[in-house]
Amino acid sequence: MPKTKNAPAAPTVVSKKAAAQKIVSVAQEIHADIIKKHRKPSMEFPIRSLQNVKYDVKRGHFEILGRTATRTLSYNTVKTFAQSMRLLATTKNDLLDKDDIAGKREVYYNSKSWGECRFDEQPESDTLLDDIEAMLAINREQLGYIPEERGGDVTGPLVVIDQDPATGKPIRIDCTKLGSGAWSIPSRVEHLRFEASKAKFILAIETASLFQRLVHHRYYERAQCVLISMSGVPTRACRRFIRRLADDQHLPVLAFTDGDPYGYCNIYRTLKVGSGQAAHINRFFCVPQAHYLGVTPQDIHDYQLEDATHPLEEADIKRANDALKNDPFIRHHKEWQDALNQMIKLGVRVEQQAFAKHGLNFVLDTYLPDKLKKARFLP
Amino acid sequence: MAKRTGSGPATAESMATKQRDISVSEFFLKNRHLLGFDSPRRALLTAVKEAVDNSLDACEEAGVLPEIAVELEQIADNRFRVTVTDNGPGIVKNQIPKIFAKLLYGSKFHRLRMSRGQQGIGISAAGMYGQLTTGAATRILSRIKGAKKAHAMAVQIDTKQNKPAILSDTEQDWEPTFQAVTAVGEPDGPPVISKHGTSVSIEMEAAYQRAKQSVDEFLKQCAIVNPHLTLHYRLALQTKAEAAAGKSEITAITYRRAVTEMPKIPDEILPHPHGVELGLLMQMLKDTESRTVRAALANDFSRVSAQTALDVCTRAGIDPKTNPTRIAHHESEALYKAIKETKLMRPPTDCLSPIGEAQILAGLQKEIAADFFTAVTREPAVYRGNPFQIEIGLAFARPQENEGVGAEEPVRVLRFANRVPLLYQAGACAMTRAVIGVNWKSYGLSQPKDALPIGPVLVLVHLASVWVPFTSESKDAIASYAEIIDELTLGLQECGRRLAVFLHKRHRELEAARKRSYMELYIPHLALGLKNILDLTDKEEHKVVGNLKKMLEKTHLDV
Repeated sequence: MPKTKNAPAAPTVVSKKAAAQKIVSVAQEIHADIIKKHRKPSMEFPIRSLQNVKYDVKRGHFEILGRTATRTLSYNTVKTFAQSMRLLATTKNDLLDKDDIAGKREVYYNSKSWGECRFDEQPESDTLLDDIEAMLAINREQLGYIPEERGGDVTGPLVVIDQDPATGKPIRIDCTKLGSGAWSIPSRVEHLRFEASKAKFILAIETASLFQRLVHHRYYERAQCVLISMSGVPTRACRRFIRRLADDQHLPVLAFTDGDPYGYCNIYRTLKVGSGQAAHINRFFCVPQAHYLGVTPQDIHDYQLEDATHPLEEADIKRANDALKNDPFIRHHKEWQDALNQMIKLGVRVEQQAFAKHGLNFVLDTYLPDKLKKARFLP
Repeated sequence: MAKRTGSGPATAESMATKQRDISVSEFFLKNRHLLGFDSPRRALLTAVKEAVDNSLDACEEAGVLPEIAVELEQIADNRFRVTVTDNGPGIVKNQIPKIFAKLLYGSKFHRLRMSRGQQGIGISAAGMYGQLTTGAATRILSRIKGAKKAHAMAVQIDTKQNKPAILSDTEQDWEPTFQAVTAVGEPDGPPVISKHGTSVSIEMEAAYQRAKQSVDEFLKQCAIVNPHLTLHYRLALQTKAEAAAGKSEITAITYRRAVTEMPKIPDEILPHPHGVELGLLMQMLKDTESRTVRAALANDFSRVSAQTALDVCTRAGIDPKTNPTRIAHHESEALYKAIKETKLMRPPTDCLSPIGEAQILAGLQKEIAADFFTAVTREPAVYRGNPFQIEIGLAFARPQENEGVGAEEPVRVLRFANRVPLLYQAGACAMTRAVIGVNWKSYGLSQPKDALPIGPVLVLVHLASVWVPFTSESKDAIASYAEIIDELTLGLQECGRRLAVFLHKRHRELEAARKRSYMELYIPHLALGLKNILDLTDKEEHKVVGNLKKMLEKTHLDV
């Protein structure tokens, strides 16, 4: 099992005052363009897409390339331009200056008071928020925006030290003493600390139902590991939490997802190296020490799951081919290309729960111990 | 078997007792649809049309700027009195009965010259229709130039003999008087009083309706193609209650002239041999004053020189010195064939009097509210030996301000032959077919397959010719000769190209305005955002808005 070496730096903590100042300086530049230089104002953003990232092998995550997009005021950009200004104003005046927080959906509803400048659909405000985050180079959590989605669930031999939001007094959370439930990762994790853990590794699991099975049978005791349920693509908080925990306790991370292109290229790839969309902040929200446990296409043969598969859908095949062609991470790793090609050739996908074919607890009695013993993980 | 009621089979003798002459008048009686009197509604329009045509022709021939008054008075539920008064040269006394009460009498049939009327059948037919449906006589007032008094006559047609019957004939003081009215029907300025003119009044069974094929529409179209005409229209309708009280609902409109220039008086030309049928050729040889066939050909036809006449005779195998009145039937056939085979110069075309591009524009502009006007007068061309000339006018109208045009409606085609509006049988007319045949999509209008294009457009189509090829005697539609369709198409395409330029420019301007107002919608928000971030004063905020708007004006911000 690979052990982590040098820990990547934590995200730069920016004070609210500094963040507000950054917004002011962006606005000043635009104001100067209009008033002093008499030219069309423009804003510059890093391009947020897979086209503008490279896989930084040394650092182990997607790093943003230098390409930027300039949004100059024109007929096509005037609405977005105006919305950007109003969103920046709200961010500074209502969140940073007043030390308040807002969810993405609240941002969307807040704009309803902006008249014709309002966002018609939430994806509009989400995209603009991502733009602003990239432009300011400050992650949105630090601007006061909280994610709506849950960060993930944690169970296992781990003690997390949180703080009382009001008093700042430490709160000790023992993740083995939560009964049949689990501890939820909060949306902001920078302030968390950990007591020394006896765990040997972290197992990040795609589906909540498999997580429940492992918790129910106290698999974390048997395997001495921290179980984390990601519920699909891991949220930023979830990625950041796993990263901090793995760095802090020097734990290897293993991912266990459905065996399909989505599990490989979206869930696992994002966990490990970050996303193309948020490349500007990937260095904080990635887990380079993660490795892939399964379910691999080879497992279908090795564990006789052929009759427990589903044919690949068109979207699956397209996703796999896109990744083979465009994803810098997949393109870097021959093993992943082989795995995807093997899957396309088999023409089937397999779910985590497929092991139930051999008995409900086959997965924890046989599959996981077997895989951990062989320790032949995908990169 | 039923028993025969007669006294056995008819014999040649018994049949002979029933065979007799049919007068043209009787023929008309039974075939009134041929002349446009098939329904009470149409009869009203035809009567107005014939009278106005005559008035305009007379005024123009006499060089008088036409002033015409049309009055429709409802005198009973289905009865109207139509009175048309003009300031023309008047009619000499002994011609009045023949013109108004004898069919096929006129000055226009015998000559090849462009004019509105052609057969000398129209106004007398209107009078006869009135006589047949009401029993009333046609009343005429006419005062010729220099005369002290006007002749007042009441005439009827002897339908059996096609002869006028004069019911009364007096002299009276009369000055044709024309009172212009304002848009609300109030008198507008002093009346115009003429020292000469004619007024004809016919009572007839008729029905009035406001619609596409109404008198109103006809007169409006007259005003468009005759911009030198001032036309006064007065309509007095009776509802039942009003009739009982002896009152009428009165509508009055004046269409004023926009130009004072008279149309050129068209020249009369001799028939071109290629446009003459065999029967007419035989008739012309019979009627000629020339002594020899050769001379007859050279003198009575256009574009036939003495040498060409000799060539034709030689080709036909006829002695050029033969007396033309003694030509046998087979000889005239040979002559006819020889003429067809002989190359001749095209007929002279300077005999036509087109409306003219400037006049068409003036006419359209004064009657149509539109953002774009254009007009094309084609060079004269020839069909079957008859010179003709095509003119097209086009207006891109404002739908709210014009009746009958709309952005989603088929374009309106106004058809004219020798300046006379054609209101019936649009579908059968070469003009409509030519408009449909043009690909308007390439000029920016949508066009369903085999149909008129769609858009708030008025297309004016005018055919000027010494002999207009109508498809029937009711003079509703133009026959589709290839030469005519070609000329129509070329004229329409020229107008179409100009329309396309206009529409393209308009589209660009609309688009620019739309983008500008879109941007002006968001600029204040941009400024407000900056104000909130930078704590700007209201004044500074306004400066931002002002500067951005200025930039937008100057550079159009990439519009």
